[in-house]
Amino acid sequence: MDAAVTTSAEPAAAPTGTLRVVYFAWLRERVGRGEEEVTVSAGIATVADLLAVLRARSPAHALAFSNTSSVRCAVNQEFAAPDAPVRPGDEVAFFPPVTGG
Amino acid sequence: MATVRVGEADFDIGAEMAALTAGRADIGGIGAFVGVVREDGKGLTALTLEHYPGMTERALEDIANVAETRFRLLGCTIVHRVGRLAPGANIVLVLAAAPHRQDALDATAFLIDWLKTKAPFWKKESFADGAEAWVDARIADDAAAARWGG
Repeated sequence: MDAAVTTSAEPAAAPTGTLRVVYFAWLRERVGRGEEEVTVSAGIATVADLLAVLRARSPAHALAFSNTSSVRCAVNQEFAAPDAPVRPGDEVAFFPPVTGG
Repeated sequence: MATVRVGEADFDIGAEMAALTAGRADIGGIGAFVGVVREDGKGLTALTLEHYPGMTERALEDIANVAETRFRLLGCTIVHRVGRLAPGANIVLVLAAAPHRQDALDATAFLIDWLKTKAPFWKKESFADGAEAWVDARIADDAAAARWGG
């Protein structure tokens, strides 16, 4: 690898790329799909930022995320709080409070 | 030490106990909990269990690992079914083997209480009139999990 080429080709500060969003239970039904890709722009640093972007995607998204007190999140399959960081390549899941057992 | 399994297939409690105790004589007691689909007079015809493949197994293994740090355990088993289940069908099995009954019983309660609030499963109810509804998380379940702390 030529480090100089990599450095000049990619600005260090703003990582770009996509992350994968997955939905479960009634969130999946209300959004109308089980998963989608989101381009990680400069404004998306946390779960809360991502949620704001998703909410603006369609009326169905807005409805699904209208009451965030009943939405839980996992980043890369670990439960995550709204201030948890998200990065390109992550798998971010949104779902209702769990009801197994 | 923990056996964790998620799938559509039913489980055989006797076979799971035999697997847990096979080849050892240091177990003094086994706690067991079986969750079953209940029809409570509202016309429930099925429960459909959805989960988050990958995260589910990880979460169950994490819960089992925590149980092994909190209780004196010699092994535990968690089997959770997914898919469409009729009233009377098994949903979940928790087994906890220990030298003495208190650890076996406490670990069993801990495992099912934590599973209910920390493992990514969701239940949808189907009724005879065609209606369907996702089950809401219960505050009582959060309280049951909270009594174990952390």
